[in-house]
Amino acid sequence: MKILVCISKTPDTTAKIAFISNNTKFAGDGVQWIINPYDEWYALVRAIELKEKDPSIVIHLINVGVADSDPIIRKALAIGGDEAIRVNADSHDPYYVATQIAEAAKQGGYDLVLTGKETIDYNSSSVGGMIAELLDRPYIALATKFDLAGNTATVIREIEGGEETDEASLPLVVSCQKGVAEQRIPNMKGIMSARTKPLKVVEPVATEPLTSIVSFELPPAKAGVKLVPADNPAELIRLLHEEARVF
Amino acid sequence: MSVFIFIDHSEGHVKKASLEALSYGSALAAQLGTTAEGILLGTISTNPADLGKYGVKKIHQAAQPALDHLDAQVYAKIIADTVAAAGDSIVIFSNNSSGKAVAPRVAVRLKAGLVSGAIALPDTSNGFIVKKTVFSGKAFANILLATPFKVIALNPNAYSVKEGTGSAEIVPLTVQAPAPTIKVVSVTAASGEIPLTEAEIVVSGGRGLKGPENWGMIEELAHLLHAATACSRPVADAHWRPHNEHVGQTGIAIAPNLYIAIGISGAIQHLAGVNRSKVIVVINKDPEAPFFKAADYGIVGDAFEVVPKMIEAVKKLKTPSS
Repeated sequence: MKILVCISKTPDTTAKIAFISNNTKFAGDGVQWIINPYDEWYALVRAIELKEKDPSIVIHLINVGVADSDPIIRKALAIGGDEAIRVNADSHDPYYVATQIAEAAKQGGYDLVLTGKETIDYNSSSVGGMIAELLDRPYIALATKFDLAGNTATVIREIEGGEETDEASLPLVVSCQKGVAEQRIPNMKGIMSARTKPLKVVEPVATEPLTSIVSFELPPAKAGVKLVPADNPAELIRLLHEEARVF
Repeated sequence: MSVFIFIDHSEGHVKKASLEALSYGSALAAQLGTTAEGILLGTISTNPADLGKYGVKKIHQAAQPALDHLDAQVYAKIIADTVAAAGDSIVIFSNNSSGKAVAPRVAVRLKAGLVSGAIALPDTSNGFIVKKTVFSGKAFANILLATPFKVIALNPNAYSVKEGTGSAEIVPLTVQAPAPTIKVVSVTAASGEIPLTEAEIVVSGGRGLKGPENWGMIEELAHLLHAATACSRPVADAHWRPHNEHVGQTGIAIAPNLYIAIGISGAIQHLAGVNRSKVIVVINKDPEAPFFKAADYGIVGDAFEVVPKMIEAVKKLKTPSS
């Protein structure tokens, strides 16, 4: 069995969000870059857990990005995974990224493609569904549990106000979130072996993005907190009712 | 050209997020001088024609009970075929659990630009530009859609439901539904009374509450306010509360009208999941808690003393005065 795990490079969760070039570009200088947490903590770790139970499983990682993605790809390989592919292109938009990954997935013949539920930078939750459509495969979004028995996957997914248990046959595309696996820290053996694992760089297939970013904006600053004395919570309730009118 | 709105339902009920999408799509249709049409797959327990009061003139319904449960692959094909038959159009989804599964597939089928996480009506004065949240709510991006077909997934709680009068014409969709690729084995409701992403008020607790046994007052306050309950990441990681209550950058992002954070310091990752809330209230005994900087109202005090008094005050407010 072959699993393809999609990993995206995002700013660290504590990175300062600011924009340059007339608010058209994220100010990435000095920012710490990480593997998108949903891709790392859930999709990748779940793939590793499956391989620990069934060592015949092969895990490949894929990233669409230029050379500055290599450090996060090596880190992902240190956590686990057998080899990595980097599609040598800027990740223009979700459709562009999905097209590149779908192309590699077709060539690699993967039984399972795992993604995070979204990236923490563009929050589009789109790439997994697009890959599935491009490959004409079933797609289960927002998985909180993922299990495999032979060729059948049992997946619990989040829905409004509850959860749904689904069954589907491989090949399949699944987007993962909290619950699927527990975050892991790479150990020394993993870090050492990651240096020699194959990282194949391939050129992108020709395709056009379908969207473009015109500009970014920061939200307006809050006016400041109105503090109510601790001995008078009734005043807070009055303000919420009469001034903020939220109930 | 038309504006199509996907009508999402569960257990026979149209989801609130879908009523928002219907209202948004109808407003967009009015803005563009065209008509709004719903797409309903499966059956609901009320008369679908009544959804006309949210501004849709027609509803295309494939009323097969086999379509009651979402199958992203099957749904995407029917929706894309229906929309494509009308020529260049715009398709609106809610950016909820269903929209996230189906909208990207529909966008690929129609070769449409997709904006997921939209928070406002498009600016059509110069092109077609949609504002969406990025960086987990810490910023917005304006996205240009220049493709003939366009798909927008609207964030829940970003656009108010607008209810008028009117009845929609039901147009039966005769579809050869493709064989399902996903078997829905079971659906279970979470223990909370109100779905977190649909709640207008959310009461949330953090490590400051010291243990799961102290959640009684959180639940009571939530119950009185018809609110959903939530928690911070350390609380979910310690299994004091279920994972599906974890709000924040790596949990669920929410945008209620009122978010009450009790005993939560307000780490940047937590703020990222809640900073689209319209009003934020922070109760924390540490005056230096970073959450106060993001709050509209606050009390510096001990939750175990403050919250019972809040409950008392809400009870008094809800009791009709004699």
